[in-house]
Amino acid sequence: MIPARQSAFTSATPAPVTRLGRCARGWVGWMTGLAPTDDLTIPWAEMERRLLEMGFVEGAKVEILHEGPFGRDPLAVRVDDITVALRRREADVVLVAEG
Amino acid sequence: MNGPAAPEIALVGCPNSGKTSLFNALTGSRQKVANYAGVTVERKEGSFLTPAGRPVKILDLPGTYSLRGRSPDEIVTRDVVLGRLVGEEIPDAVVCVADATNLRLVLRLVMELKAVGRPMVLALNMMDVVARQGGRIDVSRLAKELGIPVVETVAVKRGGTADLLAAIDRLPLLEDPPTEHGWREPTADEIRAAHAEATRILHVCAFHPGNEHLTRRLDAVLLHPVAGVIVLLAVLFLMFQAVFTWATPAMDLITAAIETAGAAVGGALPDGLLRSLVVDGIFAGVGAVLVFLPQIVILFFFIILLEDFGYMARAAFLMDRLMAGTGLHGRAFIPLLSSFACAIPGIMAARVIENRRDRIATILVAPLMTCSARLPVYTLIVAAFVPDRPVLGGFGLQGLVMFGLFAAGILSALAVAFVVKKLVWREAPEPFIMELPDYKMPAPANVALGLWIRAGAFLARAGTVILALMILVWFLSSFPTPPEGAIGPAIDFSIAGRIGHFLAPLFEPIGFNWQIVVALIPGMAAREVAVGVLATVYALSATGDEIGQALQPILAAQWTLPTALSFLVWYVFAPQCLSTLAVVRRETNSRLWPAIMFAYMFALAYAASFATYRIAGALLS
Repeated sequence: MIPARQSAFTSATPAPVTRLGRCARGWVGWMTGLAPTDDLTIPWAEMERRLLEMGFVEGAKVEILHEGPFGRDPLAVRVDDITVALRRREADVVLVAEG
Repeated sequence: MNGPAAPEIALVGCPNSGKTSLFNALTGSRQKVANYAGVTVERKEGSFLTPAGRPVKILDLPGTYSLRGRSPDEIVTRDVVLGRLVGEEIPDAVVCVADATNLRLVLRLVMELKAVGRPMVLALNMMDVVARQGGRIDVSRLAKELGIPVVETVAVKRGGTADLLAAIDRLPLLEDPPTEHGWREPTADEIRAAHAEATRILHVCAFHPGNEHLTRRLDAVLLHPVAGVIVLLAVLFLMFQAVFTWATPAMDLITAAIETAGAAVGGALPDGLLRSLVVDGIFAGVGAVLVFLPQIVILFFFIILLEDFGYMARAAFLMDRLMAGTGLHGRAFIPLLSSFACAIPGIMAARVIENRRDRIATILVAPLMTCSARLPVYTLIVAAFVPDRPVLGGFGLQGLVMFGLFAAGILSALAVAFVVKKLVWREAPEPFIMELPDYKMPAPANVALGLWIRAGAFLARAGTVILALMILVWFLSSFPTPPEGAIGPAIDFSIAGRIGHFLAPLFEPIGFNWQIVVALIPGMAAREVAVGVLATVYALSATGDEIGQALQPILAAQWTLPTALSFLVWYVFAPQCLSTLAVVRRETNSRLWPAIMFAYMFALAYAASFATYRIAGALLS
């Protein structure tokens, strides 16, 4: 049982980790990691490196600037100092925390 | 020059780094555009003289964020840099181009390129923009940190490449190429480490506030879910207005010039075969294609302008979701749209799509968009057979049928894309991850040079492949000549006429008489030519605009309504334009894709016309 430690931990870092693909326009936070989803369309090692190459690295500051006009997809995301467009399906791989 | 072969430099950089404008600044119009052997990737080579008087060849490689090679374009970049591409020498040096306002991602690419081990220079392009925005970059420190020469360039300014040229002269060129290179695919953790290193270097060498605010303010409107779509539609509307109205005077001028020249040359020649070949074959045939040059130039003017400004990526962002439903990429939107003017520029514009399969799917469906050459045919048949009466609150029935023909083209294009991408290739959607670059003012000289090169490519094609096809069609329609005292149109005695009669049974089930089938053959040269040929086979002597008016009552009397409808539907789908097939052959660098395009469009046209003819026949009986 870990409830005591858990509560101590969460009170120290209150921001829960979510997937970027589930966030809405205006969301601001930072990147905590990359994690595969169930509906990857390319191998994980390739997906991970593509996102890394576009600047999705741990610790990067992330802000959702815009959502596409149809079905609120894709997203336009500010990653540190560049803007990247990606579909929610791909953004789901990016783990982020608010703050 | 008899010295050793000119050294070859490879120009590498991220997408949107201003690489092409730097290439243009270095080489001017001394450019050769071709394809790499065996792949669908454009090869742009140029040449220039260094200040030391050394001739240098330079290769503009496709933009990439890494040497890993994820698309055919990026694989070319990797293979050329590594000296692996068959038919290409390993470059003697590499010039890496960086958008100085956006260094983060390119520094990682620099590290990969350094591992290759060729002599190398980093060119910080757009340094004027950095200065204007109040930023600064410690160039000598950056060179020390990266361990390679770093120079500042302003590609859009005269003399803005002086430092780069001097640096190229200092490179140890023409050494023996190494037998091994030190590059291998980085792992995810190596990419993370390289990013950390890039961040450290940026921290000590560069400070710039960026024009993020301007881009943000523009995007607040241009990417807005409502305003953004309205602006996109307005831009498209303007493009179409321009293509159809601005081009008209120039097109009329070209038509008149070709007719005058044809008449002048024809007058100088004795009446006979040679005159017929020159006037009816070459001037009329190539003229029918050349007349689209103004539309192509105007269309590419918009495409290059929007691309350089940074808007094209935004259009792809706005339309991606709609396109994704059919399995196409957001970037397919502009090529498909361009195909309403003419499929040829549309297919050429498909080059902006990086993924090969996405590009081929886009090319395959582009000719289904209703091009302007179909309009004369639609106009003639609709005017002859559809009563001009209002329906549905003020809309004319004729206009409604025209709209229906356009809609049939669009819907079938989307449906075919869906079948190809989702059912035939069954491929999972390619991830859509695309940088939205900061907006930049397009440089007029760059736009002009881009237009010049595109127009040149089109003219070169009109002068070679299309010319040959036109002569072939003329030959088929003119030989053998009718015997003395023969009655009836000359084409009826020709090979085309015989083919028409021979094929007539094949087209009988879809309601075509032999006159239509004969008209279809020269119509392969250019769709609208079929109107003129119909006039010929119905033994009309009218010319120019009178053809349509004189032909209309004859067709109305001779064709049944199901035949007319079947003919219209045929024109929606049929692969009726050899120039398009020739362009597909060139753009895909394969005979397979034009063959597939011809086969599927023919099958679609036949099936749709058959259904139309039978259903219309059943309803009207």
